[in-house]
Amino acid sequence: MKRRWTLYDPRLAWMLVAPVLLLLIFFLVLPIAVMGAYTFFTFVTAGVETSALTTANWHEFLTDSYYHGFLLKTLRVGALTALLCGVLGYFPAYFIWATTFKHKWLLLLLLIVPFWISFTIRTFSWINILGEQGVINVALLKMGIINEPLPMLYNEGAVILGMLHFLLPYMILNVYVSLESIDRTLISAARSMGCTSAQAFREVTLPLSLPGLAAGLLLCFVLAAGSYVTPQLLGSGRDALFGNLIYDTIMGELNWPMGATLSIVLFVVLGFFAAVYTRYMGMSQIVKGLGG
Amino acid sequence: MKLTTTKRLERLHDRYANGDLSRRTFLTLTAAAAASAGLSMPWMGRALAAVQEVRFDGWGGTVQDAIDKFAFQPYTTKTKIKVVQGTFGDEDEIITKIKTAKPGDYQVIHSSGVNYYIKYVNAGLTSEINEANIPNMANVLQPMIEPFRKLTPKLSAIPYDYGTTGIAYNTKVISPEEAKEKGAALLLDKKYAGKVGGYSDMTTRVWYAALATGQDPNNLKDMDAIWAKVRETRDLAKKFWSSGAELMDLLSKGEIVVTDAWSGRVAALQDQGHPIGYLDPAGSYAWMEDMLILKGSPMAECEELINFMLDPATSIAVAEGQSYPPSLDPNKVKLTEKIEKLPAFDKTGTMKSLTFADPTYWATNEDAWTKQWNRISKGA
Repeated sequence: MKRRWTLYDPRLAWMLVAPVLLLLIFFLVLPIAVMGAYTFFTFVTAGVETSALTTANWHEFLTDSYYHGFLLKTLRVGALTALLCGVLGYFPAYFIWATTFKHKWLLLLLLIVPFWISFTIRTFSWINILGEQGVINVALLKMGIINEPLPMLYNEGAVILGMLHFLLPYMILNVYVSLESIDRTLISAARSMGCTSAQAFREVTLPLSLPGLAAGLLLCFVLAAGSYVTPQLLGSGRDALFGNLIYDTIMGELNWPMGATLSIVLFVVLGFFAAVYTRYMGMSQIVKGLGG
Repeated sequence: MKLTTTKRLERLHDRYANGDLSRRTFLTLTAAAAASAGLSMPWMGRALAAVQEVRFDGWGGTVQDAIDKFAFQPYTTKTKIKVVQGTFGDEDEIITKIKTAKPGDYQVIHSSGVNYYIKYVNAGLTSEINEANIPNMANVLQPMIEPFRKLTPKLSAIPYDYGTTGIAYNTKVISPEEAKEKGAALLLDKKYAGKVGGYSDMTTRVWYAALATGQDPNNLKDMDAIWAKVRETRDLAKKFWSSGAELMDLLSKGEIVVTDAWSGRVAALQDQGHPIGYLDPAGSYAWMEDMLILKGSPMAECEELINFMLDPATSIAVAEGQSYPPSLDPNKVKLTEKIEKLPAFDKTGTMKSLTFADPTYWATNEDAWTKQWNRISKGA
């Protein structure tokens, strides 16, 4: 006899999840597997490789300190960018949450307005702001505050600034969602028990908004560490990140096997950090931060 | 518009009339065409009619604007075949895209001469051009064609223009006298530390290091000295640019005051009124560019396009627009005064005044040197 469908039927659950599962398999798992296989291919010359299996690419990565240095630098820049995003992003999020402005939606809309402009153009815009003939230098020179243009472009500071510009909305939205989930009567209760505004923030609001902050930090770290366009446009060669090494290896040297190896390394390292982080912070906290 | 069967037969007849084909070959081909027409199915006609556009990828900016305005637009007006265009900043980038695409997705590339031609050949991406379909090739400089033919007797690319990577400098900061006196050494002048630029390209960096160390760029003996000079320039440089647009941006905004630069892009800046000077130091890096047809392309249409581009009137207009001399032999085609004044122009047609990279020598070392340059550029 045929089984009848029930509300919580596992078959129904599989059917519902199947499209996403297939998409993930075909567009995420399979490409990564192909890249994984490529890491064992043999590089012949620029643009030419054979499927003769070798561990030479992994050996090169594991024994060459050049790659290790860039990996550590990438993690450092990613972590610094994420921390700055956390510090700078918390206050706007708190302001949007706490304001009594009746058109709060407008403030949230302003947050996503930058996404309407191409990421590359937004990054290029910093050249006109930080450059020697950019707005800041020209204004300072005309006011007589400086005699020589300040070197603000093509350095690590410019790269981090560019990434902050790109990542701040993600942080603010994460923190805002987390703040929105706080029961405001808890703050009223704290105040009625004698807490000052600052104490109520420190003892109630801040701890309860931490999941959003944590999720934002993880998101900003992963996106910053995987970035390559911003260092390419706003940094000098020395400010390259691991993504730039991958780009140069694949697009410049046309060495796909080594490029695939570096890609898998970055994927595994960032995945490892994300896994440890979510384990330490608790996946439920992250999900709460993301979903409210 | 596709090449119609009638047009193909007309061309065949022209070739027969001109004595390019024997009577037997002409009759055989005509019979084959007739059989093909008689046996064709309705879907064949649709398939043949499908070629209504040709894909072209080039360097963008002023160069591609000139090609579009003076070659593609008139070509489309004449033939109704649309030229769909893409751009790239670095040719390795487009090679990567071609490798991941299916044959025919990319068709005609404005490629950087023999050094890159080898890469396409090695990767099995080249086609075989029927030179009979490009009669305007007769006007192309033989010294430009020969290096390609040495690599593949059956050509896949036709030389189209050439230029040099010389020294560009801001005349408000560096006088022409100083530039002439120092030449390539300007890139290593500590006085301009932090205001030096350069092309982020291994060949250019190694070439200028060779000039700085007094070595023959096509026969380097002391690579340690070369890499030391490359590092020296890197430490003085503010930014190594990676596209013509970026070069023009850095120079025009005063971010850099001296750099190695593409002659045509500098000429474009000068036309726009920027205070930029240009000189080709002794042994300056000369290069040529070609129109390369990739495997899987609609050959007849691509050949027709290249033939149109090589028509003297078109080629001259493009050359004036992009500020790079054309590949036309000045002994066969009367070129304009404007072209004769372009940087790098060789009036003899022998190309002996220009130093090109020896493709075989550079191809042998390309992988190792590119890897080393990529590391040095990142501070190694």
